[in-house]
Amino acid sequence: MIRNSASEMASKLANGEITSVALTQAHLDQISAVDKEVHAFLHVDTQGALAQAAAVDAKRNNGEKLSPLAGVPLALKDVMTQKGIPTTCGSKILEGWRPPYDSTVVANLKKNDIVILGKTNMDEFAMGSSTENSAYGPTHNPWDLTRIPGGSGGGSAASLAAFEAPLAIGTDTGGSIRQPAAVTGTVGVKPTYGGVSRYGLVAFSSSLDQAGPCARTVLDAALLHEAIAGHDPKDSTSINAPVPAVVAAAKSGNVKGMKIGVVKELNGDGYQKGVRNRFEESLELLAAAGAEIVEVSAPNFEYALAAYYLIAPSECSSNLARFDAMRYGLRVGDNDGASAESVMNLTREVGFGREVKRRIILGTYALSSGYYDAYYGSAQKVRTLITQDFNKAFEIADVLVSPTCPTTAFKIGEKANDPLAMYLNDIATIPVNMAGIGGMSLPSGVAEEDGLPVGFQIMSPVMKDDRMYSVGAALEAALLTKWGAPLLSTIPALAGSK
Amino acid sequence: MSLTYDDVIAKYEPVLGLEVHVELNTKSKMFCGCSTIFGAEPNTQTCPVCLALPGALPTVNEKAIESTIKIGLALNCSIAPFSRFARKNYFYPDMPKNFQISQYDEPICVNGYVDVEIETDEGPKVFRIEVERVHMEEDTGKSLHVGGATGRIHGAEYSLLDYNRAGIPLVEIVTKIVPGTGKYAPEVARAYVAELRDILRSLGVSDVKMEQGSLRCDANVSLRLIGVDTLGTRSETKNVNSLRSVERAIRGEMIRHAELLNKGERVVQETRHFQEDTGLTRSGRSKEQAEDYRYFPEPDLVPVAPDAAWIEELRAALPERPSIHRKRLQEQWAVPDKEMSAMINADVLDVVEATVALGADPTKARGWWLGEISRIANEKDVAIKDLAIAASDVAEIVALVNAGELTDKLARQVVEGVIAGEGKPAAVIAARGIKVVNDDSALMAAIERACAAQPETAQKVRDGHVPAAGALIGAIMKDTKGQADAARVRELLLGHLGQDS
Repeated sequence: MIRNSASEMASKLANGEITSVALTQAHLDQISAVDKEVHAFLHVDTQGALAQAAAVDAKRNNGEKLSPLAGVPLALKDVMTQKGIPTTCGSKILEGWRPPYDSTVVANLKKNDIVILGKTNMDEFAMGSSTENSAYGPTHNPWDLTRIPGGSGGGSAASLAAFEAPLAIGTDTGGSIRQPAAVTGTVGVKPTYGGVSRYGLVAFSSSLDQAGPCARTVLDAALLHEAIAGHDPKDSTSINAPVPAVVAAAKSGNVKGMKIGVVKELNGDGYQKGVRNRFEESLELLAAAGAEIVEVSAPNFEYALAAYYLIAPSECSSNLARFDAMRYGLRVGDNDGASAESVMNLTREVGFGREVKRRIILGTYALSSGYYDAYYGSAQKVRTLITQDFNKAFEIADVLVSPTCPTTAFKIGEKANDPLAMYLNDIATIPVNMAGIGGMSLPSGVAEEDGLPVGFQIMSPVMKDDRMYSVGAALEAALLTKWGAPLLSTIPALAGSK
Repeated sequence: MSLTYDDVIAKYEPVLGLEVHVELNTKSKMFCGCSTIFGAEPNTQTCPVCLALPGALPTVNEKAIESTIKIGLALNCSIAPFSRFARKNYFYPDMPKNFQISQYDEPICVNGYVDVEIETDEGPKVFRIEVERVHMEEDTGKSLHVGGATGRIHGAEYSLLDYNRAGIPLVEIVTKIVPGTGKYAPEVARAYVAELRDILRSLGVSDVKMEQGSLRCDANVSLRLIGVDTLGTRSETKNVNSLRSVERAIRGEMIRHAELLNKGERVVQETRHFQEDTGLTRSGRSKEQAEDYRYFPEPDLVPVAPDAAWIEELRAALPERPSIHRKRLQEQWAVPDKEMSAMINADVLDVVEATVALGADPTKARGWWLGEISRIANEKDVAIKDLAIAASDVAEIVALVNAGELTDKLARQVVEGVIAGEGKPAAVIAARGIKVVNDDSALMAAIERACAAQPETAQKVRDGHVPAAGALIGAIMKDTKGQADAARVRELLLGHLGQDS
């Protein structure tokens, strides 16, 4: 039952074959069985999930009209507030904090009767590409427990690959949905910036952060996308326009006559051989399905990483200033006579991890008077140039494609002391965030040299998210035909798994 | 050693710069839906947004934007077609996000001016104060430092935080430097703040109460030797809570600067706090080392791009400039300067105007508001406008007096009743049984009684000694419990005693 796709589960729920309580319990059992090894979850809300499932079953018994995913369980990245449920963002500084309000994404999930199983592990405040920066220990890749599951949303992606949940919510600032999807053989989508409300998403970098769906199939991702997307008056940057027809696109999977642009700069040197091979094969499959493959160039992408590491830290240095021990979370050094200033200092010293501190310092420096123009100012100009590169490329092609990441999952600890090598992981995903467009990663097979999953990235223009679903669904179908079974059916069994 | 003001202005030219913070009177806060009502229990007017809970996001209060644009238009500013909010980053416990959302290099209104007129030795003279910018920002919370002698953070045992004020919309109005006011600098500054206050009040965008902090002025002053072009070092005086204080603070700072300069010492660039009791300032935070606020565009808010047609609508709906409006009223009502000032100082000009608009004679309307109603306000030690009497009540009372249904004396009782909360004038008259006795036969009976009681006085009047009638009139008024029209009584009495009235 837990190996089904979410849409399969939804039809079984709809035709009365299973109940949401049974389905939820099966996933809770799987979490109990395997999460000791995987460590995808920081908090499992057994009671809440079962209560929510029972409520959906009751509604169904009463003949109420329910949403397509009603009763299907989901794992929530711990960066989203959920009323009364611990929300840590993978940081010690928020340990024990229970938000008094629901994020808009959670409100939408509840409105759609999607059952929330618990909160998933992540790099602290979403800063990282391996989930090793979580203050609560790393998450392990279900394909190989010695390897990273990607990051920052490693917990959400790993929960899908470990069949602990059929759906998950991620957030993507520079690739935190797509890179974990790539290295775990799952599907992850970063919608157009403003497509899904950021209200209740604890901010890392406000102008780049975007929540999105994580799933095991393109259709499942589309169903979840429709459930969480839409205009929200509580988020000034939320786009006031209809949600693109992503479910229809995922169902049709039609690429006939579509122009697919291969980004010249996001391939070649630095990309693992197996990654390149799977990418080429996928292009052939898309061509066979009727798409026209063209090459496009984006000369300014080479500056994307550098600009990202100025903009994101700058915004985070300000966003994370609120963690000061005054109103919530950790408080350190509040002894007799201690000043507020010293309590703030000590709390931030103890409460933040190394990577977070590194980025706060970097961002504080980049925004300082005298340096602002050279750093933050220049980075914003690069951002404009990247957007222009995309605009030009979208004049030639309907969507753009690239490998999602240069390599497959690396070993835990391998890059922990080399931040620059770690940052390079996101080289192909970052431009999408810089331009605010949509991006998807779906599995394109495993690399021959290590047997680990490889991701294929599809990028679509602002509010044309449906296009990447069309292409994703077409490629997924072609690959399924080729393989005869989903990629995840080949994942090695976990010790405790049923 | 101690310089006089004349010594200062003989040698130096003052240069001013004024920053005025105005709390807008919007119902909700700048970036969330919380109430802005003053005086609620601490931390009851808060939500995830203004407490800066993780994940919460600001959204802009459209009404605050509208108010700010109105202010900009009234101050002759250009309204930027595109402006941005920015984050001003610094750590302080009463600022929940540890940054303030403000505007930096792209404010909403720029390049305006305000003309103020003051009396000079050569007669009335207009000074133009140039406005550099008008921008929006949010207020901070309040810290209450407990223990320690001064109520300041230094030496306090602990501090309490109240976030009710956090996020209240503020507008900051910043002038360009103001040279050329010479010895009139303190008066020009005062007139400027007064004019601003009147303009803001006429726009209806703020309570503009300096004592309650809804209008706060920071006065920047520097001196330079007369004839010198370069600017001297300035000090910035805060805590200036009344118009009079604006004038005193600037005068005081001019003298303090001159004393330092005369001794060959330098003026320290710093914030100073005005002391109401002494009229002096005390040193605050040094600004010699410019604080680095790491301003950058607020990524959580989209830029403000007001529609040009909307701006024109707001411009067309602007009220008459208060100074022009006052001149027009003064002419229409033919009021002497002194009386006009009295109304302005008592802050009753608008209610008098409203009373006149409802049909009352300007002189009568003014008389009631500045007279009896003012007296009651003084007695109760409250502001005239906090009394429970409206322009419509006064207009009604004036009309009743004109119609002869009330005497002035009875009218005063009605005013008192309205203020005491007994209801509208008609209700007070009914409840108190107030009525003018204008039934001549009833009056004649009273007159006969009085003449019978005081035959000698009556005889004096009959003999042509008219002033003696006063004693009889007094007795008749007493007899009729003050409800008779004294003029009518006199007329009837004199007729009764064979005299021409």
